[in-house]
Amino acid sequence: MNGCGVCSCGGATSEADLRLRLDEAIHQYQAVPGGLIPVLQTAQGIYGHLPEPALLRICSGLNKSYSEVAGVVSFYSFFSTEPRGRHTIRVCLGTACYVRGANRVLAGLKQALGIDVGQTTPNLQFTLEVARCLGACGIAPACMVDNVVHQSIKPNQIASILQSYE
Amino acid sequence: MIKLTIDHTEVRVPEGTTVLNAARQAGIRIPSLCYLEGVHVVGGCRVCLVEVEGAKALQASCSMPVSEGLRIRTSTPKVRAARRTVMELLLSDHEGDCQTCGRSTDCEFLAVARDLDIRDLHFTGAKHHRLVDESTPALVRDSAKCIMCRRCITVCGELQATGALWAQDRGFECVAAPAFGQNLDRVACVQCGQCAAVCPTAAITERDHIERVWEALGDPGKHVVVQTAPAIRAGLGECFGLPPGTLVTGRMAAALRRLGFDGVFDTNFAADLTILEEGTELLMRLKAALVEQKPVALPQFTSCCPGWIKFAEYFHPDLLPNLSTAKSPQQMFGAVAKTYYAQAIGRRPEDIYVVSVMPCTAKKFEAQRPEMNDSGFQDVDAVLTTRELGRMITQSGLDFTALPDEAMDQPLGMSSGAADIFANTGGVMEAALRTVWCVVTGTPFPFEQLHVAPIEGMEGVKEMAITIPEAVPEWAFLKGQTLKVAVAHGLAHADRLIEQVQSGQKAYHFIEVMSCSGGCIGGGGQPRFTTNEVRRERMKAIFAEDEGKPVRMSHENPAIAALYRDFLGTPLSEASHHLLHTHYAARGVHH
Ligand code: SF4
Ligand code: SF4
Ligand code: SF4
Ligand code: FES
Ligand code: FES
Repeated sequence: MNGCGVCSCGGATSEADLRLRLDEAIHQYQAVPGGLIPVLQTAQGIYGHLPEPALLRICSGLNKSYSEVAGVVSFYSFFSTEPRGRHTIRVCLGTACYVRGANRVLAGLKQALGIDVGQTTPNLQFTLEVARCLGACGIAPACMVDNVVHQSIKPNQIASILQSYE
Repeated sequence: MIKLTIDHTEVRVPEGTTVLNAARQAGIRIPSLCYLEGVHVVGGCRVCLVEVEGAKALQASCSMPVSEGLRIRTSTPKVRAARRTVMELLLSDHEGDCQTCGRSTDCEFLAVARDLDIRDLHFTGAKHHRLVDESTPALVRDSAKCIMCRRCITVCGELQATGALWAQDRGFECVAAPAFGQNLDRVACVQCGQCAAVCPTAAITERDHIERVWEALGDPGKHVVVQTAPAIRAGLGECFGLPPGTLVTGRMAAALRRLGFDGVFDTNFAADLTILEEGTELLMRLKAALVEQKPVALPQFTSCCPGWIKFAEYFHPDLLPNLSTAKSPQQMFGAVAKTYYAQAIGRRPEDIYVVSVMPCTAKKFEAQRPEMNDSGFQDVDAVLTTRELGRMITQSGLDFTALPDEAMDQPLGMSSGAADIFANTGGVMEAALRTVWCVVTGTPFPFEQLHVAPIEGMEGVKEMAITIPEAVPEWAFLKGQTLKVAVAHGLAHADRLIEQVQSGQKAYHFIEVMSCSGGCIGGGGQPRFTTNEVRRERMKAIFAEDEGKPVRMSHENPAIAALYRDFLGTPLSEASHHLLHTHYAARGVHH
């Protein structure tokens, strides 16, 4: 069986169950001003990202136009309409990291993962992003995988870093 | 009254006036871009900055109310530098191909750049990725022209209750666009063109039909006829510098003839026809409800406005049975031109090319609806907005203001005054009431000058009740009945009215809806810029046109009587149903 890997549901959560949970959130926030953002957050929690059918359901549920809802989704970087990987890699492209070869690190990651910035690997293992400055300039070039900072990365270390998350 | 000083000049203005407007009264035009009086006052673009004595930061004058003793300077070096920076930043990210841009004659952005006399740009930043959206029949969006003033977002969301445009993305990438920057056909847009009417640049414009019209005019195999909507005669003059509210019916006919049209006709003719069909339909619905006790959809809603129709198809599918099945005047005209008129002049329908001139972009959408082909061919071939006709006349070199007054051709150029008022909010209702009253009671319409004052004017929702004191035998069941009607313009107002009807709070027999504020005189295709003052002037002109006509009631138009006698039979006859009526279908709001 194909478990979701997070809980013990054993992958049994059906589309209908997910929709039920979404509808509950919509219902809860229907009359609340500013309710759109919590509903979107809940939806992203349920689906891992914000698929179009879920967004359209939120539009009708909260009586908002698709353009308005999309405007909010595209404004906040923490919302994503694409499926996301289990791990998020953020490569710092801030000045300190840049001068110390962040670009080569990024190129190496792109090649190793076979994806571009903003994309997710087909096996949903990794999402690749870039960041401005991670506040780790002293150990540049830096990147973060989920909450862990990896420091002074050389392109030849990429494979082993990735392996530790497989 | 508040007293303040602007550039060393004392000004007195009522409380609540903005500094921008107070300055205008003092003869000083402060540049503005995002500001849209009464609609969009957010102080976003910062081009209207002024210096306020005692305040450190410059203030946006469009959103700053006056206060007693205020001392304002509008042209200090600091102000000039700030405005210049704002404009230079906007210009550096703007596709400035003004020589070939369709909006260069009425572009507010260009005008501000010119007024500020900006000669060189100190920034050469990155430019937005350009996206030209031609996905819909009525409008073209060009993202490279957008300066993010957000007027369109407010108009579409708040006045039209549609919300097709919204700010997408953030920071530098931010654009006014449909969901996720997709094309307009991916969201519910009613094609009313109010966004194009308020956009200060060419970021939203109408789809151009000028070339196809020139082509048809140059085709010897085609018999090209033109119909002009009621609102054109009160707007077209503005394209040539005439003051708003100048009636140009005669010069317009002369211009169209010189452009080479084989028949210069009037949508007004078809407006009279609409009243007979739609009015009869209302009476039949009332009869079904009151006499036959049949379930029948009431209130009946007008169906002249294609923006409203599309709105209902998206957002109120449960009301579709309530929409009058009568086609709009534009479409009735096309169907009649390619049948009745074609026969009369001995031409095949496929040789007749029908051009309409409309104050409206949604009419471009309507003309290409697949069901609008009851003559066997697309009933209306091309739709020009008032602005496009203005441009065609300019292209042809005609000196419009110097043209003589000429008459329209017959028979499709004949119309009553009731047809003229279709251009104004409340006008379709008034025209219908004039005819229904006379038909039902057999007595004269009991209103001063035939005008039904309660349903005229700029109020968003208007209503009226009128009791029928007596009735001719055919309509005897209406004797003593009170007919209740309502009128809404601007789709947000219509939405509010519908809510009241559906909740049972209000009940009516007949409701007129027009998408555009003020009705078609304020349509998305009218000369820019349409303010409420301009709306009022155009409305007055329309009433003057109506009052000057020898025939003021649709059912007294002799050309319409002849059409029924020789061709259609009676209103709602089988022939009428086939040519002049249509059906509607619910649309999903989301694809
Ligand atoms: S045409 Fe009307 S509905 Fe469509 S985007 Fe423009 S204002 Fe909104
Ligand atoms: S499209 Fe026009 S009206 Fe809308 S934000 Fe851009 S410039 Fe302003
Ligand atoms: S009110 Fe008139 S101009 Fe506006 S969308 Fe309707 S028909 Fe067109
Ligand atoms: S620049 Fe990379 S951590 Fe600061
Ligand atoms: S016009 Fe005042 S801020 Fe735009």
